[in-house]
Amino acid sequence: MLRKKECVAMLLAGGQGSRLYALTNNIAKPAVAFGAKYRIIDFPLSNCINSGIDTVGVLTQYQPLELNEYIGNGQPWDLDRAFGGVHILSPYQAKKKSSWFEGTANAIYQNMNFMKKYNPDYVLILSGDHIYKMDYAEMLRAHKRTGADCTIAAIEVPIKEASRFGILNTNPDGSIYEFEEKPKQPKSNLASMGIYIFTAEKLFKYLEADEANPASSKDFGKDVLPAMLNAGEKMYSYRFQGYWKDVGTISSLWESNMDLLGENPAFDVGDSAWKIHSRNPLAPPEYIGDNAKVNNAMIALGCEIDGTVENSILASNVIVEEGAIVKDSVIMAGTVVKKGARVVYSIIDENVVVEENATVGETKENGAGIAVLGRQITVSAGVHVAGGQILDKDYKGE
Amino acid sequence: MVNSTVGVIFSNIHDENIPQLSRQRTMASIPFGGRYRLIDFALSNMVNAGITTVGLVTKYNYQSLIDHLGSGKDWDLARKDGGIILLPPYSDETDTPYTNRLEALKGITGFLMRRKEDYVVISDCDGVARIDISDVVRYHVENHADITMVYHQEVGENDSPYFISLTPDDTGRIKSLQINPKVTGEYNLYVNIMVITREFLLSIIQDAITRGLSSFGRDILVKNVNTLKIYGYRFNGYYAGVKSVQKYYQHSMELLNRDVRAELFGARDIYTKVRDSAPSKYSEDAVVKDSLISDGCIIEGRVENCILFRGVKVGKGSVIKNSIIMQDTVIGSGVELDCVLTDKNVVIRDRRHLAGCEVEPYFIAKGRML
Repeated sequence: MLRKKECVAMLLAGGQGSRLYALTNNIAKPAVAFGAKYRIIDFPLSNCINSGIDTVGVLTQYQPLELNEYIGNGQPWDLDRAFGGVHILSPYQAKKKSSWFEGTANAIYQNMNFMKKYNPDYVLILSGDHIYKMDYAEMLRAHKRTGADCTIAAIEVPIKEASRFGILNTNPDGSIYEFEEKPKQPKSNLASMGIYIFTAEKLFKYLEADEANPASSKDFGKDVLPAMLNAGEKMYSYRFQGYWKDVGTISSLWESNMDLLGENPAFDVGDSAWKIHSRNPLAPPEYIGDNAKVNNAMIALGCEIDGTVENSILASNVIVEEGAIVKDSVIMAGTVVKKGARVVYSIIDENVVVEENATVGETKENGAGIAVLGRQITVSAGVHVAGGQILDKDYKGE
Repeated sequence: MVNSTVGVIFSNIHDENIPQLSRQRTMASIPFGGRYRLIDFALSNMVNAGITTVGLVTKYNYQSLIDHLGSGKDWDLARKDGGIILLPPYSDETDTPYTNRLEALKGITGFLMRRKEDYVVISDCDGVARIDISDVVRYHVENHADITMVYHQEVGENDSPYFISLTPDDTGRIKSLQINPKVTGEYNLYVNIMVITREFLLSIIQDAITRGLSSFGRDILVKNVNTLKIYGYRFNGYYAGVKSVQKYYQHSMELLNRDVRAELFGARDIYTKVRDSAPSKYSEDAVVKDSLISDGCIIEGRVENCILFRGVKVGKGSVIKNSIIMQDTVIGSGVELDCVLTDKNVVIRDRRHLAGCEVEPYFIAKGRML
């Protein structure tokens, strides 16, 4: 019997995430840190393994080094498998031509051989841009039940934001009769989540056709899905209810981190029934000192807190010295906030040093926006980084 | 040089030190320091010295140990050649498992004979320290020693059931060796880590079998201290011997000291099992002072001078002081605890007040519901 996988997942992780500015200077967006110990890609990878999908191709392109290292052999997600498992798929040079991935559809097309190796009945297409927990197995059951050729996960969004999304116009049975990419006048508020299940042979057929079409921009939303719909293929929406957040901007990344806090958080990463797996830091428990004040916070291993931390997310090995204040902020691994320094309404990347008595950011109410410090920079003692400022180099003041 | 060393860890020896915590587990798997087990220190020391093969001698109650170690990957010891090799009791002549270290060593002769390394480092699991084993091996080789015993200078009485005190001369060679001596002032405590030349180890095991010897300490070390080349390696760093529940409590609390933490964990090279817990959460009303908090904790009350293991919940209005709370223990609201040591999975219902004292922490056994 031919060995096969019923469903293979393809995760588009090539996104540059340019709207995250300094945070994605050197890393791809899916590798951006989130929620004190995770990276964005932990969510789709954990969803896969929790849904029983153990074969995942991760398509990388932009700054793949750190992402590749993070994924490694896939062991943290239980995706180190003899047959299947997680595989990094980078652009490659073929005999006749070599090319970067040109669009989402082209990226998948170029890895057709990877998918075919597993002889799948279905292919799940994912992106590495969102924070959510979703049972893809449930979606696959819906796909089989409706007998669809393509099922698109969809979520209701506020109608005034609908023009930012691919909008699905559906019949009462969930079948899609129209697909509009970022419509100016949206007819519905049902947005595509960029999560597709295709019946494999249909996907392969339409990818071939799209590749042969010189007019195509080789994008799922703009080209492949409309082409399938026009050809009369059965396309269904799959309604998702739950937390789903694009963390592609500084403010949405900040908000989504804050959604983890509180007694009944909007998004719970501590749910033992749907564990979020990640590569764990090698660090002792965090130490909270005698003079520390820690309220409404999430704090990871290896932190040493002697100052005040409020409404904040601190990743592993962050040091907050005595008299320092961290408020309404997201601090990534290894950053040091020295004595008397003050960090407010900011996102600070890994291994940053905020020297003594420096101040970073201004309160949200000030309206200046979130201050962002890129990785490994130093903010000199006593200087002020204004709200909304984005720095990717050492800062000694104006 | 390190590639020429194989590790052997005794997981059960000294179980009697802490009967409360070793009732359902080996000494090796006693939880320590919020997210570790005692064996993590012995294993990490070996791994950090480049050792890639560790034989693990077990006797009984080793389910929790096997669960903890898994394939060994968290210590980078899931290897094709070597890695962690479990050595459960093996007896060919009698039906009883070993009763002493010599019999245990006899049981693993096959393992020792198959290895190709020149040296064996033997470690028990009753100590917490970060020791550079490669330096001990280097010292052993330099001295052309048969056995090199690691010692730590201690002061005051020692009430543990079994211990060895060493007296080295100026060159480091041990000139006398005493078992359970009456100690008052300074003395050199053997920390139950030794390096021994493999061929030599095999020869003394064979000799012990033919002569019917039973005690490694008494019949081999003490008797032959003048004829064998036994050297002492003085370890000057932080060493915590877990000799009793009182010592366990005392040494655990020493982790709240910044210098102790820096020495044990500063290099971030003590490995342990990964559990994928979420980061710990502190509520709006939480008050936490001078405490070590592990991942997966949810704190809504007041925690002072405590060590919280993974997944502990402290409810609203509860005040927990001077206590060690092990994994997945759930403390309700309005609870007051002082000097309490809970094992794993304990449930303490709302408004319970429990207290021990520093020399006698109030112990609550695994899975109890109060």
